[in-house]
This record gives sequence, structure tokens and C-alpha cells, in this order.
Amino acid sequence: MKEENPVRPGHPGGQPPLETIQDIKRIMERSSRFISLSGLSGIAAGICALAGAFFAKQILDNYYSQINKVGFTSISFHKLKLDILLIAMFILITALVTAFYFTWRKAHHDKQPVWNNTSKRLTVNLFIPLVAGGLFILAMLQNDDWHYISSVSLVFYGLALVNASKYTFTDVRYLGYCEIILGLLSTQYISYGLYFWAFGFGVLHIIYGFAMWWKYERN
Amino acid sequence: MYKNPPLGDRDMKNPITGLNKVFDNRIRLGVMSILMVNEEINFNDLKQMLEVTDGNLATHLLNLEENGYLKVKKGFIGKKTNTTYSVTKAGEKSFTDHITSLENMIKGIK
Repeated sequence: MKEENPVRPGHPGGQPPLETIQDIKRIMERSSRFISLSGLSGIAAGICALAGAFFAKQILDNYYSQINKVGFTSISFHKLKLDILLIAMFILITALVTAFYFTWRKAHHDKQPVWNNTSKRLTVNLFIPLVAGGLFILAMLQNDDWHYISSVSLVFYGLALVNASKYTFTDVRYLGYCEIILGLLSTQYISYGLYFWAFGFGVLHIIYGFAMWWKYERN
Repeated sequence: MYKNPPLGDRDMKNPITGLNKVFDNRIRLGVMSILMVNEEINFNDLKQMLEVTDGNLATHLLNLEENGYLKVKKGFIGKKTNTTYSVTKAGEKSFTDHITSLENMIKGIK
């Protein structure tokens, strides 16, 4: 919207009503949703998650073969917990940084600011369920209850996405639904937690990211 | 009884009479569209979204305010002024009426 259109006779507002309504819809969309979110961000986060899950699996396998040889020691168990926690932090940071980079790049390309009204609202609404879930998981770890960690992280992440979908592409909602279902499903297969986690945060992110890239950014 | 007959009655005769003069202008229409989906929004965000100059936007905002369609809240972020705008009940009604008559016009064409 730059300047007023020259008034066309017979059309109030200088343009046909259908175009006016489409303009209104477009500006309502653009002013209330953050649409610079890049599909490549999803792919990048997915790859980070898969790599992290792979390393975690190595460490776990190592730990169990150690137990078979020398038996359980509380020192090795503490070391395991610390290693897993470090990997988790590392994945979180690399995933956030790479995801942010691709979104920043898209916003830059579209000449849109990354930090505006819409991205602020998106962040706040994404982080409310996410932080709640994170604290919940820390409380579980505090009590040495690690059985449901992957289920809880998937469910809370799914809820966060559903909540955030009102402030970005509505497609995010479907990713959210999938994560919630996967999280609930994983409660029935506790010993496969890491696989569910890798599928939810790795594979689903990559599929979703690719679909979004295909739909909105291909050209 | 009515000073102005209800919108529906007017539309049946001539849909154009239902259109609001204030919204003839694209910038004012843009401001209202944004305010309908945002609880409140500040001057700079409006300026960026509508791609208009300060002076131009200020004039149209004043016009909307004088018509009673906008609520203006002046505040500060640090030392910088931060003016936020939100839509009033009257503004919301006028805007929806305007959209309804636009939609009726489209139906009339079909």
C-alpha cells in the first residue's frame, strides 16, 4: 500500500470491491502472523536432532556394555546423566541457532524485519508451553524419573506448536498434532523413548520443513 | 423512527450508500484492517506495514481518531515516545458495516 489509487469512476475507494476485500485479508494476515519462518529452519533443526539422538545412542550403548562388564556404579550413572544432558543442551542450542539463521535469511530476503510485533507474539506463545514442559522434565530428572522424558517433551512441544500456530503459518498446527500423538503413543513403548524422540524431533521436522519449503519457498 | 435506516434496508436499494466515506482512503482502510486483528499496535509497526511516510500516516490516524474510530495511548519506552493505537467499539462497527456492504456489492455482481 503506497499512495491512494486514482479514483476509478463507478468504484468507491478507487478499486473494485473484491480487490479491496482481498487487500484487507492480505494485510490482516501479514500484520497478525509471522510468515518469514523458513522450511529450511525445520530441516536444520531436524538434522541437529537426528545427530544428537545418534550420539546419545552411542553413549547409552557404551554405558550398557560397561554395566555388563563391570556392573552398575553410581559414578558411571552420574556420568551418563551428565553426558546426555550436555548433548541435549548442545542440540537445543545448535537447533535454535541454525533455525534462527534460515528464518533470518528468509526475512532478510523478503525485506521484512525478523523481530517485530508478530515474531514477538509467536515467540511468547511458543515458549509458554515449552518452558513449562522444560521445567516439568527437570523436575522429573530431579526425582530420577526418566521413563517419560521423551513422551513429555514430545507432548509439550506439540502443544507449544499448536498454540504458536495462531501466530504463523497454520500448517504448524499439523506438525503439533503429530508430535502430541507421537508423544502419547510413546508412553506405551517406554523402552523405545529415544527412537520416538528421534522420529518426532528429527524425521517429522525434516518432513515438515521440506513440505513448507516446497509449498512457500521453492522459487 | 430511524434517522438512518438499518444497513440491510439501505443495501437493497443501493449498496454504495452502505459504504463509509472514511474508508475510501486505502491507508485508513489499511490501518483499520490491521487494528481489527491486533489488540494494539504502535506507530512504527503501522508505518512499516503500510509503507507510508510519517506525515502521511499521522494525518490519516488523526482523521480516524477524530471520527472516534481509534483509541490513542501515548507512552514511553525509555526516553522515546511510543504511541499505540487500538480500535474503538464504534470503529469496529463501522468497519464491519463497510465490509458487509462491500461483500453485498460482490454478491450483487455475481
